[in-house]
Amino acid sequence: MFIEVDGVEKVFEVRKKTGFLKRERRQVRAVDSLSFTVARGEMVGYIGPNGAGKSTTIKMLTGILTPSGGRLRVAGIDPSRERMRLAHRIGVVFGQRTTLWWDLPLIDSYRLMHRMYRIPDARYAENLDRLVELLSLESLLDVPVRQLSLGQRMRGDIVAALLHDPDVLYLDEPTIGLDVISKAKVRDFLRELNTERGTTVLLTTHDLQDIEQLCSRVMVIDHGRLMYDGPLAGLHEAGESERTLVVDLERELPPIDAGPAARVVKVEGPRQWLAFPASESAAPLVARIAAEYPLADLSVREPDIEAVIAKMLRSLGDTPKPPPDRATA
Amino acid sequence: MGAGRLYTAVAAGGFRRYATYRAATAAGVFTNTAFGIILVYTYLALWDEKPHLGGYDQAQAVTYVWLGQCLYATLAIQGGGVEKDLMERIRTGAIAIDLYRPADLQLWWLATDLGRSLFQMLGRGVIPFLVGAVFFPMALPADAGTWAAFLVALFLAMLVSFGIRYLVALSVFWLLDGMGVNQVLMVTGIFFSGMTLPLNVFPGAFGEVVRVLPWAAQLQMPADVLMGETGVAGAFAFQAAWAVALLAAGRLLQSAATRRVVVQGG
Repeated sequence: MFIEVDGVEKVFEVRKKTGFLKRERRQVRAVDSLSFTVARGEMVGYIGPNGAGKSTTIKMLTGILTPSGGRLRVAGIDPSRERMRLAHRIGVVFGQRTTLWWDLPLIDSYRLMHRMYRIPDARYAENLDRLVELLSLESLLDVPVRQLSLGQRMRGDIVAALLHDPDVLYLDEPTIGLDVISKAKVRDFLRELNTERGTTVLLTTHDLQDIEQLCSRVMVIDHGRLMYDGPLAGLHEAGESERTLVVDLERELPPIDAGPAARVVKVEGPRQWLAFPASESAAPLVARIAAEYPLADLSVREPDIEAVIAKMLRSLGDTPKPPPDRATA
Repeated sequence: MGAGRLYTAVAAGGFRRYATYRAATAAGVFTNTAFGIILVYTYLALWDEKPHLGGYDQAQAVTYVWLGQCLYATLAIQGGGVEKDLMERIRTGAIAIDLYRPADLQLWWLATDLGRSLFQMLGRGVIPFLVGAVFFPMALPADAGTWAAFLVALFLAMLVSFGIRYLVALSVFWLLDGMGVNQVLMVTGIFFSGMTLPLNVFPGAFGEVVRVLPWAAQLQMPADVLMGETGVAGAFAFQAAWAVALLAAGRLLQSAATRRVVVQGG
């Protein structure tokens, strides 16, 4: 296994002022008996509400945070012991932050990566050409980073994270704030990177479409615990998530009767909202409505990731089954 | 070997980065020249009243003024070097990205700051100094050896200057905001470096103290080396001792700080 996380926990001690000079010590369990493995070449979505422990996990996987307990290996390396050695094999991209040199042309940051990761000259040139072409940055190499648009900067950051051919790429919200075209560009690129180079990808996102289009596997974390680990379809099932069909009729009508497949959740003039299970196809429903009603227009809305997770967490009663070793302890 | 090339590249980036601010550089050249003229006449009036104040004659006092203007931005005496960027990265949490890199945080910022210093000296400091040398009588050495010794003292001063500002920047890990410490950095930097008056004019115990503080390694030592007012070996030893002590303290604080950064999340 490429990434092994076995019973890992991270406890922070937080000191809180409770009086004039009194301080109270409190322990916060950011990650609690977390176990999972990721095989080489997998592309995994890692999702959960804010403060669930996602970024703590990534920080432990990259070695800048030492676990309080449990065992952790990335490519056979104990990250916190050998952070520098591991750093040569990982790439990290934060959607909201940049590793690029703000005031200088993009190419300057890449030259720096060349030195920092000690990339052999030929490989650097080859990687740079390939990445810059794939992410269409050719015309931007001499532009100072501060003048790039968010989408351009994001692509610039992705190139910077991949010049040294990392075995694993950690992506944190790589499409946040991007327009539809930029999002598609980034996703296409990541898919290609994964299939052609076999780069293992761990993706944190709030955008369900990122996961849908990229990840065959999803891990959901909440309160520092793994709540779900499996295919995205299973997450929809577990969360009983629903898609929404927005129907515009030619005139105001009473709520549509679509049979057991869907129910009307809202009516506003000639527009009606129908909810149907996310795991079902919309086609039969659309066909039925089109046949029986004067249809003007329609669209399908995907459930958003927070809603799916929230529903799933609720259905689990917010308390996962404790792992067997803890139950007997 | 590989590390040397990396940090050279980092320093080159620091140099180019500051070179992109052309308007700021031009404004700086003007300001330092104007301040130099004002200070020179003030000093000349003072030295007229009290000849040989602090052991300097008038030409030496004038030299001291122009050297101060030359090194003002070079040594970021009132702050405004790379510690500003570092504070901002700590405040916003972007510092976490720096920690993912296979590079040493302190060396990285030191290299950036040395690049910045070099640019500030060549782009901003040299012109006011030349203006001063053309229009006022100055006490400059004729032999290359003294100039070489001065350059060594200047390099050590850069290390000390960075050492102080790195410590100040790291404090933001605990203070979460750099406004207050920046003020302190500015006031202490200007006064204790000897930007207002050379440190050797201060009498008594106070004078003894300010002359052994780390700030004395910044302007006073290079000035005295240049004008032959101090033993070169002693000056180097004084500066190097402070550089080592400050950089070592920076390393200690850095390891405490990086253990802390990750607690703040983000």
